[in-house]
Amino acid sequence: MKPARFDYIRAETLAEAHAALAAHGGEARVLAGGQTLLPMLSMRLARPGVLVDIMRLHEIARYGIERDVIRVGAGVRQAQLQKMFELDKVQPLLAKALPWVGHAQTRARGTVCGSIAHADPSAELPLVLVALGGEVELSSARHRRKVAGEEFFTGPLSTARADDELVEAVTFPSRRPGYGYAFREFARRHGDFAIVACAAVARTDGARLAIGGVGDRPVAREFAQADRTSLTEALDAFSWELDARDDAHASAAYRRALVRQIGHAVIMEAEQCRV
Amino acid sequence: MPRLSADRQHSVRFELNGREVEAQAEPRMLLSDFLRHVLAMTGTHVGCEHGVCGACTVEIDGMAARACLTLAVQVEGARVRTVEALAPGPGRLSILQEAFRRHHGLQCGFCTPGILMSLDIFLRAHPAPSEIDIREYLSGHLCRCTGYAPIVAAALDAAEKLREADIIG
Ligand code: FES
Ligand code: FES
Repeated sequence: MKPARFDYIRAETLAEAHAALAAHGGEARVLAGGQTLLPMLSMRLARPGVLVDIMRLHEIARYGIERDVIRVGAGVRQAQLQKMFELDKVQPLLAKALPWVGHAQTRARGTVCGSIAHADPSAELPLVLVALGGEVELSSARHRRKVAGEEFFTGPLSTARADDELVEAVTFPSRRPGYGYAFREFARRHGDFAIVACAAVARTDGARLAIGGVGDRPVAREFAQADRTSLTEALDAFSWELDARDDAHASAAYRRALVRQIGHAVIMEAEQCRV
Repeated sequence: MPRLSADRQHSVRFELNGREVEAQAEPRMLLSDFLRHVLAMTGTHVGCEHGVCGACTVEIDGMAARACLTLAVQVEGARVRTVEALAPGPGRLSILQEAFRRHHGLQCGFCTPGILMSLDIFLRAHPAPSEIDIREYLSGHLCRCTGYAPIVAAALDAAEKLREADIIG
């Protein structure tokens, strides 16, 4: 399996990356860590004419806390964010989910923004973004704009990004006082794509549960503070709304059962983590 | 900004096992093929070519990485280490390699170069790992022969020997 031919552009500034994307648009793909793009190229699921490598851009190779969010630039690798000082205090959900993203050997190169830009329906980072209500910052030679995570993902492997736009950064809201966070996923083997992944954010007045791996994109729902029976009913309704499908990995019924069980477990766990 | 055209060979310079090297590659050439076919460093193995098996794992700038998920042109200016760098000299094995031999951590040896590179990097950063740490870390590798138990045993043994060597050294 070898990629088809493409031109390779090594952008050295953000303006150059924008110019390359403006010139080549839909023919071009952004190359960051390459951990999802390279398999697609090798399997020829993608055949771009041009790759724009953005990993030499110093201006987007940073992450940091800005007011009440963690802003992660497009050049930041997953392993780097995982090592952020006190990440488990700054945003526990990221600290809990990152070890589930691929394997240590792919997190060393894969980027946070790359995983979000790729929008695999079972990937963990898009799920976390939706669960937290984070945003995607898009920029191009024309303009820059912010899109809420929930609106960014439009279907399997498809997003609101225009051909000339770069996912320049994503922002994850930091931990809020009185909130609790939990993450769990079910896969056949650690590091495999999730059959079902669940992220929960618990507040005093209820919880937000986001599910990945079932629908064609991560989906979140609010659950009011409720007793056990009504929560079970609400989760059951949610599991049916997700439009689960049978595939080689699991049946739709099995996925719905996992949503009910793991969804319940993460809400409870997030509730217990509230500080 | 440098633009490397698809159908031409381009020179790539990087540090390989402590030596500066320069060789030619098309943009689409994978680092795994670049190492094996162009640089004749066949220690790095290639199994799946899409990031699943871990056989091609090498070290890039201090981190474990899949050579099959990296383009040759991406390592321009980088520091790369491959399994050929592990042995301290001809006819000698590293502490980790010795442990693999003692514990029968390999049978056909196909997965071994990748696992050795991963563990070499891991043990540097985690001198006292638990069995669970090692198993979780090894989830990035497939071995179809050993059943993993001897690999885990070798890794734990090597960690202990490396700690001893550290105290003496
Ligand atoms: S050959 Fe690279 S991971 Fe299998
Ligand atoms: S020793 Fe044969 S695959 Fe691991």
